[in-house]
Amino acid sequence: MAFFLIFVSAIFVNNVVLSQFLGICPFLGVSKKIDTALGMGAAVTFVLVVATIITYLMQMLLVRFGLEFLQTIVFILVIAALVQMIEIILKKVSPSLYQALGVFLPLITTNCCVLGVAIQVAGANYKTCGAEPSLLIGTWYAFCTALGFALALVLFAGIREQLELTDTPKAMKGTPVALLTAGLLAMAFMGFSGVVG
Amino acid sequence: MANKALKTLTNGLLRENPTMVLVLGMCPTLATTSSAINGMSMGLATTFVLLCSNVVISLLKNLIPDKVRIPAFIVVIASFVTIVQLCMQAYLPDLYASLGLFIPLIVVNCIVLGRAEAFAAKNNAGLSALDGIGMGLGFTLSLTVLGAIRELLGTGKVFDFTIFPDSYGMLLFVLAPGAFIALAYVMALVNKLKK
Repeated sequence: MAFFLIFVSAIFVNNVVLSQFLGICPFLGVSKKIDTALGMGAAVTFVLVVATIITYLMQMLLVRFGLEFLQTIVFILVIAALVQMIEIILKKVSPSLYQALGVFLPLITTNCCVLGVAIQVAGANYKTCGAEPSLLIGTWYAFCTALGFALALVLFAGIREQLELTDTPKAMKGTPVALLTAGLLAMAFMGFSGVVG
Repeated sequence: MANKALKTLTNGLLRENPTMVLVLGMCPTLATTSSAINGMSMGLATTFVLLCSNVVISLLKNLIPDKVRIPAFIVVIASFVTIVQLCMQAYLPDLYASLGLFIPLIVVNCIVLGRAEAFAAKNNAGLSALDGIGMGLGFTLSLTVLGAIRELLGTGKVFDFTIFPDSYGMLLFVLAPGAFIALAYVMALVNKLKK
């Protein structure tokens, strides 16, 4: 049951972009077309899950040696190295997947939702919906969060494709009108609040 | 020379304001501006990191091999972020609790790495320090203004001073959608004034 609750909570109620404000840069930057939005969503899902597992294990090592204050430095280096490694491995193992995700991978290092979720999971500071925080629950949470990111990105890209065709005032063109749309989308997602805790 | 220094300092404040003009660092801009004081604290924390990392990176720029410069920059930035994080935890625990996750996330704020790469890696320490201060204060200015607007519309207060009576308040502006909407209109206003 907890798995289902986390699923709903992470995707709809506490959406990573629209209610937690993580990963806004790619949300605004790579959302002009649905295709690229899908690619970015898939790449983030992949990296987020792998990064969460590795940083969770790193955190156990840090706690074991009493080095918790190094968390930020270690996590960001692990994520940066991981993204590089995934890029190299994908290039070798699956060129077609690399073709699809390749351009997005370097951008993910500075995507704050990866570091943000890693820190949340490592510190057991997330909505577990009653379950005991563990590696499995944390990974599931990361996966659902990434799905929420992908969903918000694709929805937003769909709206922006239409937005290109509308007549907007000059000062609102570009980022302002995109932000306004995101605000309305966030308002729609607020409708889910209260569904699960 | 003095002229150039002044120009570097004021560059980030208005003409190349990181938030409103360059559209960088959107996550903290949206997440920490639920009140003016939160926005200002976040801005000042980022300014400290920006200033220190700019100076250190410009001093080290000749020692760091070109190939590993990005990881090296990130380590320098992450060290200063950790300093801010620990100091805040010790001396301002309330503030630390309300900014929470977004303090460690200064590491991935594109403004910091962006200035390191675009300015500190090419200029001397003095100019880099001025650039860090200018950009940081520009960021602080935008966050404070946005925080004040959201706090005023949402609760009728600014910096906890009551401006409208208690019965007033559009909660929406303190919540997530209000962040997007307020920033959209402030940015549109900036665009309009720039012309």
